[in-house]
Amino acid sequence: MEFFNANLPYLLSGISVGGQYALIAIGYTMVYGILRLINFAHGDVFMVAGLMMVYLSTAVPIYAAIPLVIVLTVLLGFVIEKVAYQPLRTAPRMSVMISAIGVSYLLQNLALYITGGLNQNYPALPWISDTITVFGAATKRVTVITPFLTIALVVVLVLLINHTKIGMAMRAVSRDFETSQLMGIKINRVISVTFVIGSFLAAVGSMLYFSNYPGVTPTVGAMPGLKAFVAAVFGGIGSVPGAVIGAFLIGICENIIKALDTILMQLGVIQSGLGLATFSDAFTFVLLIVVLVAKPTGLFGEKATDKV
Amino acid sequence: MKKLISLFLALVLALGCLAGCSSGTDTDAPAADGAGTDSGATADNVVRIGVFEPASGDNGAGGKQETLGIQYGLAVQPTVEIGGTEYTVELVYADNQSANDKAISAAQTLVSAGVSVVLGSYGSGVSIAASDVFGDNGIPAIGVTCTNPQVTAGNEHYFRVCFIESFQGPVLANFAKSLGATRAYCLAKQGDDYSVGLCNYFMEAFGEADCFYETFPEGTSDFSTYVTNAKNQGCNVFFSPTSTEAAALIIDQAATQDLGMPILAGDTWDSNVIANAAQGKNNIEIYVTTFYQEGGDPEFDEAFRQWINSDETNLANNGGNDMVSGLSVMGYDAYFVALEALKAAGSTEPADVMAALWDVSYEGVTGLIEFDEIGDAVRNEAYVKQCNTETGQWDFVAVQGVE
Repeated sequence: MEFFNANLPYLLSGISVGGQYALIAIGYTMVYGILRLINFAHGDVFMVAGLMMVYLSTAVPIYAAIPLVIVLTVLLGFVIEKVAYQPLRTAPRMSVMISAIGVSYLLQNLALYITGGLNQNYPALPWISDTITVFGAATKRVTVITPFLTIALVVVLVLLINHTKIGMAMRAVSRDFETSQLMGIKINRVISVTFVIGSFLAAVGSMLYFSNYPGVTPTVGAMPGLKAFVAAVFGGIGSVPGAVIGAFLIGICENIIKALDTILMQLGVIQSGLGLATFSDAFTFVLLIVVLVAKPTGLFGEKATDKV
Repeated sequence: MKKLISLFLALVLALGCLAGCSSGTDTDAPAADGAGTDSGATADNVVRIGVFEPASGDNGAGGKQETLGIQYGLAVQPTVEIGGTEYTVELVYADNQSANDKAISAAQTLVSAGVSVVLGSYGSGVSIAASDVFGDNGIPAIGVTCTNPQVTAGNEHYFRVCFIESFQGPVLANFAKSLGATRAYCLAKQGDDYSVGLCNYFMEAFGEADCFYETFPEGTSDFSTYVTNAKNQGCNVFFSPTSTEAAALIIDQAATQDLGMPILAGDTWDSNVIANAAQGKNNIEIYVTTFYQEGGDPEFDEAFRQWINSDETNLANNGGNDMVSGLSVMGYDAYFVALEALKAAGSTEPADVMAALWDVSYEGVTGLIEFDEIGDAVRNEAYVKQCNTETGQWDFVAVQGVE
């Protein structure tokens, strides 16, 4: 029991960071499912959502800032798609990808210009930033809320994909781009909706993430973005449930690796630290390679119906 | 026709790049500053001093405060008499972006601008990376607050006005022991010369067996696990001489999880970024060693505050308030050491300045500055400060030596 109490914080932070990766990963996986495009700018949209909150919270009350950040982030994702991706719809896929990398650097450099490169302190959001105690482990309320909120949002999203008209259109487009166009589906509208959903989840993810780790810098989106992308590939890119499960696995794994020295020492397996924490990121990517070697389409990437 | 247009566009792009390079030297100022050089001097009788500091990246905040000290030095003393002629000082900025790979091109910018001497950088890694560029071109450099021994070791051209890690580490270890600590948790950033170096010297002095050492990778935001590790390891002091960006996140996690042990760090944490992050978090204790304690020279403090408040850009670069950082004071002293060397050299030739630097003796705000045979300033005391979590200010604790 004491062992459980001492190590619960690791599991909590793993689940919580996993939930935040999941919200970003859905954005990657949906866009890939429909456009076959890896949207490199997604991690930076996440970062911009964080910066918006930093600046908006000084201008308007926090209760107004939260919905405003969500709306503006959604708008940003929408505009990026219209300006940088839509004109290249008929261009080779590589061109769109380069365009995505361009948008990513543009956002980072804009953020660098605005912040002057300095770390911005994320405001404490009411209620979710409060410290609470779970089975003797002190943590922020957001840590506990994240997994539930993530799962709730994913359930809503899956229902939307499976039971609404726009969801049906999305599934059709992900199956066959051209045929669905012939069937009268307005491709541009479907793609816009995909970006809107992705950006909305990135905005929610950024609020949860930065409430836990309240520092926003121009490159802060890179690491979570990369991990979320890995999670999407891990779970089978194109599959929403796959991305979510992949994200939770990666979040928990990396926190356990960071803590492995300490856990092993508690159990008396080793006497002094081995410096395993150094390899937390390396391990994440080794895991990815192993999964991909064993199952090249990722955990859930097999069934074509799961594309969105 | 279409091909012709693409060819034309490609040419324009290439020309644009080239144009960008050639004018790079005078536009490479810190973005927020807007101005490349700080004095409207005429072409003759100008001596250029390079400011090799990060204005962005991990160490942007510290670099800006150090630059402020240098700029204040220029505001106080904009001219220098070299060999009987009055020269106007011009500062040339290069942003090394806190990254070892960017440091080299930033250093080359300074070299091609024809600087006589270079000041900086904040952060040892970038200084080590750029050292050869300065050395190969025979330009002397004066490190302001880079504390890694390797910066000055084994070369003739790098000097430094601050104390070094092999001094600071043991000082911190002694201080930790005086707090009653028996087991230390040490956290450094992977591949970061400053934090890894400082942790090593700390552990050597504290006793390797009583330390638990871990590193975190670049780009880490989630420090919760490291904080839990420190608690589960039964440590009673948390030593994390990281960059200020990581520091703000560590402090937040420590407060959330109620760390229950003092946090110790080196000179980088002597910043109002830390003080702001810690304000209102009454369950944490933070101690740092530093170069200067606000109030050590009230006249200087007062004048510097006035200068900071006189300009909004300065205020923003200082983190939004007029706290006097040790970094700025060191920058100020380094600027005057450079002027002393120029005076003694009697010429603006980098080689003469380098030769003259060895014999410079200057009584600065932070004490007497003289260089030993390695090129390091002789220092034997550091100030220990504690962060007051109620006021968000630094309180003086003790002057600590190695013994």
